[in-house]
Amino acid sequence: MIKMLSGNEAVARGAWEAGVVVAAAYPGTPSTEILENLARYPNIYAEWSSNEKVALDTAIGAAYAGKRAFAAMKHVGLNVAADSFMYASMTGMEAGLVIVSADDPAMHSSQNEQDNRTFAKFARIPCLEPSDSQEAKDMTIAAFGLSERFDTPVMLRLTTRICHSKSSVELGERVDPPPDGKVFPRNPAKYVMVPGNAVKRHPVIEQRMVDIALAAESFPYNRLEPGVGTLGIITAGVAYQYAKEVFPEAPVLRLGLTWPLPSQLIRKFAESVERIIIIEELDPFLEDNIHLMGIKVEGKSIFPITGELDPRVVRESSIRAGLLPVSAHVELPGIDPGPLPARPPVLCPGCPHRPTFYILNKLKVPVNGDIGCYTLGLIPPLSAIHTCGCMGASIGVAHGAVKAGSSERHVAVIGDSTFFHSGIPALVNTVYNNSAVTTIILDNRITGMTGHQENPGTGETLQGVKTTRVEIEPVVRALGIKHVQTVPAYHVEKIETVLKEYLKLDEPTVLIVQEPCALLPEARKRWTPLEVHSDKCNGCTLCFRIGCPAILKSEELDERYQRPKAIIDASLCTGCEVCAQICPRDAITFRQDSEFELA
Amino acid sequence: MKEKINFLLAGVGGQGTILASDVLVNAGLAAGYQAKQAEVHGMSQRGGSVTSHVRWGKTVFSPLIGAGEVDVLLAFEKAEALRNLNQLRHGALALINAEAILPVTVTSGGQTYPQDEQLKTAFSQITDQAVYVDGVKLAKDTGSVKAANVVLLGALSALMESSGLTGSELPVEKWLDIVSQRVPAKWVELNRKAFLAGREAVPV
Repeated sequence: MIKMLSGNEAVARGAWEAGVVVAAAYPGTPSTEILENLARYPNIYAEWSSNEKVALDTAIGAAYAGKRAFAAMKHVGLNVAADSFMYASMTGMEAGLVIVSADDPAMHSSQNEQDNRTFAKFARIPCLEPSDSQEAKDMTIAAFGLSERFDTPVMLRLTTRICHSKSSVELGERVDPPPDGKVFPRNPAKYVMVPGNAVKRHPVIEQRMVDIALAAESFPYNRLEPGVGTLGIITAGVAYQYAKEVFPEAPVLRLGLTWPLPSQLIRKFAESVERIIIIEELDPFLEDNIHLMGIKVEGKSIFPITGELDPRVVRESSIRAGLLPVSAHVELPGIDPGPLPARPPVLCPGCPHRPTFYILNKLKVPVNGDIGCYTLGLIPPLSAIHTCGCMGASIGVAHGAVKAGSSERHVAVIGDSTFFHSGIPALVNTVYNNSAVTTIILDNRITGMTGHQENPGTGETLQGVKTTRVEIEPVVRALGIKHVQTVPAYHVEKIETVLKEYLKLDEPTVLIVQEPCALLPEARKRWTPLEVHSDKCNGCTLCFRIGCPAILKSEELDERYQRPKAIIDASLCTGCEVCAQICPRDAITFRQDSEFELA
Repeated sequence: MKEKINFLLAGVGGQGTILASDVLVNAGLAAGYQAKQAEVHGMSQRGGSVTSHVRWGKTVFSPLIGAGEVDVLLAFEKAEALRNLNQLRHGALALINAEAILPVTVTSGGQTYPQDEQLKTAFSQITDQAVYVDGVKLAKDTGSVKAANVVLLGALSALMESSGLTGSELPVEKWLDIVSQRVPAKWVELNRKAFLAGREAVPV
């Protein structure tokens, strides 16, 4: 059967067909849908782990136990899981282990665009790169074969355009794993990486890479495509598609296994053409490593090292380098569309994070932020996030600034899922080393930005099965933090009062601001649009300062000040009442006074 | 059948561009083309601009369309239509939903939303095939404002026929089947109506 699948759906299908028994991940764009899809297949255990390292350790444990195992994460998730990635390379496993690294060239939803192929080389782990959804499925299956043949974890490196592009896929059947019977290995020489054992394993994994490089010469996804002309192209991943689009006739060496490289195959290709260009996104990974073989190739002198490629970028870069005639140029229309308003992503109407950022802006304190929807608190008019680097960084950064003698009181802002992911060790550190950081945990009872995934605080698993809900406040108290309070997220005055009190204390404090994400089904039930009494509004603009998309400037001007009054877009307003609470003239209705019927 | 047709869908998160892209890519397959689709999830869905690329062709390599090579624009929102103007090739077919969704930079910032005249003047410089439809109103008339994306698909199907981009390989029944397979059973009838209302709404 043929189906249109995204790369992520295809990888999930491939893992299922390959007989994976255990799969684990932490959500992260562009990888999230892999586990969401895998969880729907029968006879497979799939989970959201608390972070990427835990996910990878889980998969490693299953592979040690003799079952095919799988872990998926975004590129920066592999930084979190790096320690485990390295030891898994050293030990190998009893059954196949495949790790997806979903890289994000152009940073559509990420803080950087690191190229994780280098990670594979660094860890002595083979790296596969599919070019479309069919290959995403097939190469997932092939990855398990490689993994077991060479006793190595295998990295399947995807990029956003592979993850989120759809193309046709021929579906296959699942090959079930062999029946139980394996005993968990007692093989300390292989699985206990104390120095005495590790020194013996290191030469083994170096030899393993030599052996895989030999097998790479005939690996079916390393493909020579003959063509006409003297210019040869070496390419991989989605860049292959752009290469074929722009140079349909040229000879191409398409590498499916991008680490280790097949040196004889590359040499043979190099001898068949006069000039070689490498078309690859981000780092000159193939370029540098082929250059080390003593083969002359060109890549980043022609194509950009930053951002995504696409057919236009490849074509225009090639024209500039004289590889294509100037006549190949596609002129852009170059029409002036006139002034256009920017449309940045924003906190949604009714977002429970909004009141906290409104207060933080008002208090003018430095705010060290974290990764999640709430990073959008940086956007004007809230403008209340001053640093954001990676998952879990907020608390440690605030602590460091305090210890550096910052004269201001520092606030760390972190979400519920991020707190469980990597916030806890940093909070322990503020207690241990006593710093007057105020940590705000924005608990919206879900992992929001990646599209509503369950986490340890939601009380449900990946499959929506009820489980123990890990409560944040008892955890915080157990760490030894004396000043901790949970306040309802829409209570503007309460948040301000507690924050002001905490900011005076000379010790770590934690404010948990709690309310389910306004887009969750349970929250939608209470949506009731509010109204502005235009006779009371004098256009003071205070309600515009919360940056709510539902509050608009009316065409009606206040008679005295000639300022536009506020109106509320009933199709967007959720009735969170934050604007009603801050309006100094009581011009905005509360839900109980609203004339609109409950939805 | 054509050698290649490049579609760009542009809108605002929540307008149903993902379902529309899904219908369009499967319509390509049903018409006998190779088809690919690319979109971005994540931050852009938080009220930001969204685009989706759909390509039909005898052979399709890249899932992405290069700037200046869009043959058909389906814009769900007026400012987003303008934002993507220079992605189009001259003479492209443009179907623009007459809906304005004001970004916060307009509602609580100092920026201004483009007037209809600005939109029409700009598009008239690139194509005489720009068509404006009030998808939201038509959807409301058929029963649910949420079917505006399907109204637009209906309108697009009719425009593609009249401009010769599609023919007997893609009869209206095929379109309706593809739409029906992608909506919950209880909304099939409403969406069929919405699709047909869209077809009636454009000059052919």
